[in-house]
Amino acid sequence: MAVRVFVTGIGIISSIGFNCEETEDSLKSGKTGIGTMKNLVSVHSGEIPVAEVPASNEELEDLARIRKTGYSSRTTLLGIIAAGEALRCSGLDEDIGSFRTGLISATTVGGMDRSEKFFKSYIQHKSGGRLRYIVTHDCGDSTAAIADTFGIRDHVSTISTACSSSANAILTGARLIKGGLLDRVIAGGTDALSLFTLNGFNSLMILDKKGCRPFDEDRNGLTLGEGSAFIVMESETVTARIGKKLLCEVSGYGNACDAYHQTASSPEGGGAYLSMKQALHCSGLTPDMIDYINAHGTGTKNNDLSEGRAIERLFGYLPVKFSSTKAFTGHTLGAAGAVEAVLGIMAIRNGWIYPNPGFARQMSELRITPEKKLIRNTRIRNLMSNSFGFGGNNTSLIFSEC
Amino acid sequence: MKIFINGQSAISPQETFTGNSLPDNPVNYSANGFIKCIEPSVREYIDPMTARRMSRIIRFGVCSAIQCLRNADAGNPGAIITGTGLGCLDDTEKFLRTMHNNEEKLLNPTPFIQSTHNTLSSAIAIIIGCNSYNSTYVHRGGSFENALTDAILLLRENSAENVLVGGVDELTDTSFNITSRLGFWKREPVESLRLLDYKGRGSLAGEGMTFFLLSNVKNERSFAVTEMPELFHKPADAAASEEKIRSFISRTCQEGSIDLVLMGLNGDISNDEIYHNLSGRLFSGIPRAYYKHLCGEYDTSSAFAMFIAAEIIRNQTVPRVMQLDGGPAGKIRNVLIYNHQRNNIHSLMLLSGC
Amino acid sequence: MEKLVQTLKEEIIEALNLVEMVPEDINEEAPLFVDGLGLDSIDALELTVLLEKKYGIKIKTAEEGKKILYSVKSMADCIIAGGKAWD
Repeated sequence: MAVRVFVTGIGIISSIGFNCEETEDSLKSGKTGIGTMKNLVSVHSGEIPVAEVPASNEELEDLARIRKTGYSSRTTLLGIIAAGEALRCSGLDEDIGSFRTGLISATTVGGMDRSEKFFKSYIQHKSGGRLRYIVTHDCGDSTAAIADTFGIRDHVSTISTACSSSANAILTGARLIKGGLLDRVIAGGTDALSLFTLNGFNSLMILDKKGCRPFDEDRNGLTLGEGSAFIVMESETVTARIGKKLLCEVSGYGNACDAYHQTASSPEGGGAYLSMKQALHCSGLTPDMIDYINAHGTGTKNNDLSEGRAIERLFGYLPVKFSSTKAFTGHTLGAAGAVEAVLGIMAIRNGWIYPNPGFARQMSELRITPEKKLIRNTRIRNLMSNSFGFGGNNTSLIFSEC
Repeated sequence: MKIFINGQSAISPQETFTGNSLPDNPVNYSANGFIKCIEPSVREYIDPMTARRMSRIIRFGVCSAIQCLRNADAGNPGAIITGTGLGCLDDTEKFLRTMHNNEEKLLNPTPFIQSTHNTLSSAIAIIIGCNSYNSTYVHRGGSFENALTDAILLLRENSAENVLVGGVDELTDTSFNITSRLGFWKREPVESLRLLDYKGRGSLAGEGMTFFLLSNVKNERSFAVTEMPELFHKPADAAASEEKIRSFISRTCQEGSIDLVLMGLNGDISNDEIYHNLSGRLFSGIPRAYYKHLCGEYDTSSAFAMFIAAEIIRNQTVPRVMQLDGGPAGKIRNVLIYNHQRNNIHSLMLLSGC
Repeated sequence: MEKLVQTLKEEIIEALNLVEMVPEDINEEAPLFVDGLGLDSIDALELTVLLEKKYGIKIKTAEEGKKILYSVKSMADCIIAGGKAWD
């Protein structure tokens, strides 16, 4: 019989909080993180709202509790902060070597916040640009830095599948534990805002200048955010042996490829339907047992229609509750899957169902509407969390109370 | 459960793609720090309307993937997984340049879209119409091994019967210039096949797009078996590495002993120290070979090593140009591949006959 | 008009990297998207950038884009009208 996988620690940093407690406070009070650019310097500042972590890199270095060198990318700093919180939450900060422990992180931009500085000089002349700014470019850099900071050596890897990256990190981590290769995995992701992504998404004309309004009839695009989140997963064998507080169980996961287009989702949401269906099959649950879906819900015309249709197709006329928390945190790209996993785990622990800020009018193509208000004191037996990325990479995770 | 290699394909600086075999008459480059792939005829694999947006790494990666599937005579795989150290550099640079030059205004979206690291995995899925599991690993010198681990895990879970897994990296002018400034490459012109004769610092930059069709079912095309790879990080010294390698061998090499060690010697005197060290100890008496003079040094070169090792098993011969000390005398059953990247990430793979 | 249409065809081929096509392959009245050339949403964005960069035409909404980018002829008409008729 397959070994069960439990979550014993969570950590998060985003525009709505520097840690779990602050994040929960924001969610309770309805405070969103979307606003004017303060840290990132762009010609679009004032025109395009973003969800920034309200701290400079120097301040993040302090929070990360690492030696101040100024050499780390912003993505790395966010990752160290969130991973550190997850490890402390789980008690692993004092116990890392006692079992086979892996780190799987995910990112889309890596050290781009520094690379784009390098490039500005490099394009003037090939000997231009400080090499220190470019050596942190690759996706593996932030992962290696997190692994080194916390002494994780048994397994270290990085996944990059656009917006589903850190959901895939969690999925893969759970599979490595079930497959008997590791006893514990710290899985999650991290992405900092950068001019590259801001301008990239702007060139696709999918940034909503009014801030994202997921699943709203008048929605007009996404809002970029930044952040990092990690969860600590441990096998049933380990948690039983050493007696750990269990936050929830990772009961199911699914990944499928839409195979339709590099950026657009298929109108009927084929890939989304498949990943949700697979996650249910993996968990042995039926649709009626899902109490809440934290949707991918970016606020783009394309995603919300595609995902909405897939939800309707899979859940039929079941009154499934769903919402997108991206109007709180922005779309944190590679970190989104993990950020929303942590929010989902908080929802299970606190008995919450999140509202969908910005929603006003039902989409004409859909029967379903997202939750408008925060629901408290409810029981969430099973929660589904969706993350759908460019290239049609669709991942669904299911977390269950325990 | 055995994991079979039922098909493979490599686009490299050698004639590995056409003929799909060992480089009997290997290409000897007069290299100024780098060697680049022999380019395939893209038209045979991708129609022009699809290929038009693709950068070089994507075009060649798709060609290699499709040829691999043809070689395996397999239908759609149950998963597509790639590993890449640096991803789509050309498109990343293109977008950054225009972003800076145009002061963030009126930017073409195509290079941005094509720069995401999973562009290749998804392009393959779109072209062959595959809705199955799809992932991309981007962890430096361990990227391909991560992808291979995931692939083997899927097969062992019985989540798929066939998995397409690959390692790809491209060399661009910019990536070469930057890594040159970091001191990675030979500064003087070298003959690539004589790479190990030039003592001193630096190696040769390379690139490649290598794919495998792995299966948990043996068929008439199966020609080798692979074990789960292992990575270890920043070993304290040679003894620590030796211990890891011993432990890997005893865990994976079930039948017989190691007949050949294929090592990631790259011509840099400091990089190659560990290989020479182990040659005198753990590998003493075992025939040794090397491969980076054929493909160059890059993050996913271990995929090329796996390709070559599998061909060695298939053909039961080690090309002279790869031999360090005369080839194996008898049957080549088990090939150990050992590679490291700047002493940070060390990689072990074992291939066997089937 | 004829010269503009010819130039536009060359620019479209270049902007969209339609490497195996020559201007004669494009019928200026035929739809560019879905049928005809079979271009997609990314091509629409690329053409939007082209129109603004070279001709100063700003496409503000998706509906506007659909009309202007319908065919080479509709693009040429829009350019000749200085973009104003399409506001």
